[in-house]
Amino acid sequence: MIGILASVIDGVLVGAVYGVAAMGLTLIWGVMNVINLSHGAIIVLGMFVVYFLTNATGVSPYYGIPIVLVVGFAAGVIIYWMSVNRVIGRPILMSLLATFALNMIIIGLATAAWTTSPYNVPISLPGITIQNYTFTGTHIMAAVIAGVIAGLLYLFLHYTRPGRAIRAVASNREAAELNGIPTRRVLAMAFGLGVALACVSGALISTLFPFTVLSGGAYQLKSFVVTVLGGLGNPAGALLGGIALGIVEGLATPFTPVSWTPIIEFGLFVLTLMAFPRGIFSFTRP
Amino acid sequence: MRKSLYLLAAAAFFAAGPALAQETVTIGFTASQTGKLNNDSTAQLRGFEMWRDDVNAAGGIKAGGKSYKVKFVSYDDESTGTRVQQLYTRLITQDKAQFLFSPYSSGLVATAAIISEQYGKVMMSIGGAEEKTYKLGNKYLFQTYTGASQYLAGALDVLKKKNPKAKIAFVYEDDPFSKAVAQATRDLAKKDGFAVALEESYSSSTTDFGPIINKVISSGADVLLGGGHYADGSTLARQLHDQKAKLKWVTLLVAPDSPNFAKLGEPAVGVSVPSQWEPQVTYKPDFGPTPAQFTKEFTAKYKISPGYHAAGGYGGALILQHAIEKAGSIDPAKVAAELNKTDATTLFGQTKFSTDPKSHGLQIGHKMVLAQWQMKDGKLVKEVIWPDNAKTADAKY
Amino acid sequence: MSNSVSQEVAKAGTFKPRRALAEEILRHARRPFPWLIVVFTVIVAIAPNVLDDVSLRESLLLAAVYVTLASNLNLMIGYAGYVNFGNIVFFGLGGYIGVYLATTWHVNLVLSALIGGVGVSALAYLFGLGILRLRGAFFALATIGVNEAIHAFVTNFEPWGGATGIYLSMDAYEPLGGPMKGLWLCYYLIVVVMGLSLLLSYAIKTSKFGLGILAIGQNEDAAAVLGVPTPRYKAIIYSVSGFLPAVAGCLYFFKSGIIEPNGAFDLTTSIEAIVMLMLGGAGTVTGPVIGAFLYEELRSFLLFSETFSHLQLVLAGALLLVIVLFVPGGLMGWLFARVPRLRKWLQ
Repeated sequence: MIGILASVIDGVLVGAVYGVAAMGLTLIWGVMNVINLSHGAIIVLGMFVVYFLTNATGVSPYYGIPIVLVVGFAAGVIIYWMSVNRVIGRPILMSLLATFALNMIIIGLATAAWTTSPYNVPISLPGITIQNYTFTGTHIMAAVIAGVIAGLLYLFLHYTRPGRAIRAVASNREAAELNGIPTRRVLAMAFGLGVALACVSGALISTLFPFTVLSGGAYQLKSFVVTVLGGLGNPAGALLGGIALGIVEGLATPFTPVSWTPIIEFGLFVLTLMAFPRGIFSFTRP
Repeated sequence: MRKSLYLLAAAAFFAAGPALAQETVTIGFTASQTGKLNNDSTAQLRGFEMWRDDVNAAGGIKAGGKSYKVKFVSYDDESTGTRVQQLYTRLITQDKAQFLFSPYSSGLVATAAIISEQYGKVMMSIGGAEEKTYKLGNKYLFQTYTGASQYLAGALDVLKKKNPKAKIAFVYEDDPFSKAVAQATRDLAKKDGFAVALEESYSSSTTDFGPIINKVISSGADVLLGGGHYADGSTLARQLHDQKAKLKWVTLLVAPDSPNFAKLGEPAVGVSVPSQWEPQVTYKPDFGPTPAQFTKEFTAKYKISPGYHAAGGYGGALILQHAIEKAGSIDPAKVAAELNKTDATTLFGQTKFSTDPKSHGLQIGHKMVLAQWQMKDGKLVKEVIWPDNAKTADAKY
Repeated sequence: MSNSVSQEVAKAGTFKPRRALAEEILRHARRPFPWLIVVFTVIVAIAPNVLDDVSLRESLLLAAVYVTLASNLNLMIGYAGYVNFGNIVFFGLGGYIGVYLATTWHVNLVLSALIGGVGVSALAYLFGLGILRLRGAFFALATIGVNEAIHAFVTNFEPWGGATGIYLSMDAYEPLGGPMKGLWLCYYLIVVVMGLSLLLSYAIKTSKFGLGILAIGQNEDAAAVLGVPTPRYKAIIYSVSGFLPAVAGCLYFFKSGIIEPNGAFDLTTSIEAIVMLMLGGAGTVTGPVIGAFLYEELRSFLLFSETFSHLQLVLAGALLLVIVLFVPGGLMGWLFARVPRLRKWLQ
């Protein structure tokens, strides 16, 4: 019994990180109706930034998180102006392919630079042990940081001017423009924010597990599942969705062979899509 | 005057010709220069290259009155099977490789073997222990490693002495090699009277072993047998330690054999590994260097002690060389016939291939050892703990 | 839409099979384009044999597979306007069904491939009825979900070898006359499948059914209002777009001698099919051919060249980005815009 509980708690901890990963995706999707298929690649970039920071300076990876946020934001804005700008408003296939092309370019350059061999950010924190089960310190720390970031994002979107501008553009772009909001710049900012969130989630993941240049794909898929579970354009929903996914994984593992977990995840994903085409907790878009 | 000078020159040239007949034999293969098999494959590659350098320094392979310098053509298979097939096809059809070495790891070997068989080229399988590959009716495939079913027999032997009532958890990578080892060992364990507490396979790309480790803890197992290759094995070892899994005995495949494993520090202590070869073995070779000479040369050249991947690479190549020399030609059919007759000992151990058509090429001469990482004078050292007649230290349960 | 077009669309629902089919075939036999397809297919088929070049056969075989994938993908993306990101699932599943039948049950290869094709099409029709209710990006994501779910399922499905997959023993090639002959036979069959894909693409484009599908691609709601039975048509085209890739999958994996989950359901190949289609020009019949050959050449070159083998993905990605941003019609789109008269000869 305690084993199942331990599994679920572990799932919640990791799920919080999935949530942060998805927050960036859902923000961009909700604000400008662009599905960022380079999401996974950006997560990987976050992982590598932390890796090199830790390697070069020997400082704990957690101090690298603010740096990753800033770098990610800058990178996001640049990417926006270089390519995404032109595909907003065009047929969905165009934005899907444009972001996917970006994904290929980023992964290709990263592979050329760092190859597909595994990398590791060595960090160990004392964990909490209950009976026989240990919750590693890194898992707990990552979940806490994820929660903090989610909270900060909420405050930003609801209590600051740029944040409210983003929400305005998300809900009705023309009205926002009529009200004098510089929509293009707001979109760039939103994209930058989304990319920053993805990078941070990558940074957190790098403290938990080893990674390769190709690791992003799996997390991108999970982000899609979480986005659908949590509702489009809803960052709070993304966190809840991530935790929900973590709980599903945690509940599944004690009862079924671990290799069945992807079947359960994706089966759930397809079924949810068919039943709730707009996501379960959809608040921003009707 | 000039005409006769030319004639003289031509005559001299052609007369000197045969004595200098320096041909080349091209050996093709892929190595995992990138990807998750990179660590183990590079060790194997170094074994090949050291052999090639040694052979060419001695004048090449001498067969049928000719001297063949060895030339390698190799590509990076990035540890994936899809590239392997394309690359081996290219090696054969465009690069005109006359002999082939297999890629590293059983899954890739199986993929490459299909191509080598389709085109009728001799392939030395090095780094591929899974046995199913050799039961598909091949004619030109030869396995150097001991088969997968033998891998963990040593671990079970040690366990029988330390704790015959141990509860064993099998946690292994879902790939042909690890699966074959785990399933064969599980059957052996049941026969020996051990209780199987858990059996779980994980996908090759797994980095989060948390859920599985929780399951292991829930099952109350004392012993964990399994793993896969270096990347997942080392991660599993570390996470087992972080989650304080309280296991009394852990044997993982492949990963702990690499010297890099020692970098893990604490998590590596006590972990054992079935090994095809260790530098401390004392085989007396029929040809080629002794284990000690090999170890010395390798350590001097690469600044790192050789593991069994490197020794296997060198040993397998030696066997091929020997067969070519005995056959007196580089014709695949003749060399294959010689390989079928081979029963020799090299630094790597005894090598003999099965000639039964149903399991052609299966290695039936070579034996495994079991090694364990132990603390000796404050440093992590790999000791051979089984079989008794080869061990250098006692097992620590 | 003009009056005659809407009349045609209305007629699309009232289809008289036999006589109409014969009439259609005769009408098309007089056009040059179908014959171009046939000639092209024959040339590709006999070239390696005539030139006695095995490595040419290998690269043409890959190219033919890509053309098949891209061309059938065109039915969904180019004609119906639905982005099928997980299109590789047809290829992989057809491969598994066909190879399983051919090895474990010793069914004749061609028959196995056909059964694989029919099986996958049937499954696709059923799945299609469900997921084709989703629009745009949701549909695209759902197709990825379907691919991943089936990938995970097959990895755990022991009768199909689980994660290790199915290995062909050498005597699987005996009924075909040994491995060498078997490889050639597989090659010819795959080229035939490629030719059929192109003919199918052409046939659909110039048929009444195709008109309905193209209408859905332009504006689905308007098409529905004008009488096109959209749910059924969408399910049909989805199902049809899976048939030939499934057949090709069986042949390809049989020739490779091994089928395992990661190679059979590789999302990257799926995306590459989309790139090839976009490169050549979606919505055209020749587009996939040009796109597939160009991409395959580029990829081969990059794969084997020392300096560039790691930049393959970067160049492909940059190419795709340029196309999407500046030339969304692909090469054929650009060509048709420049030389409108080409439309008489090519499609």
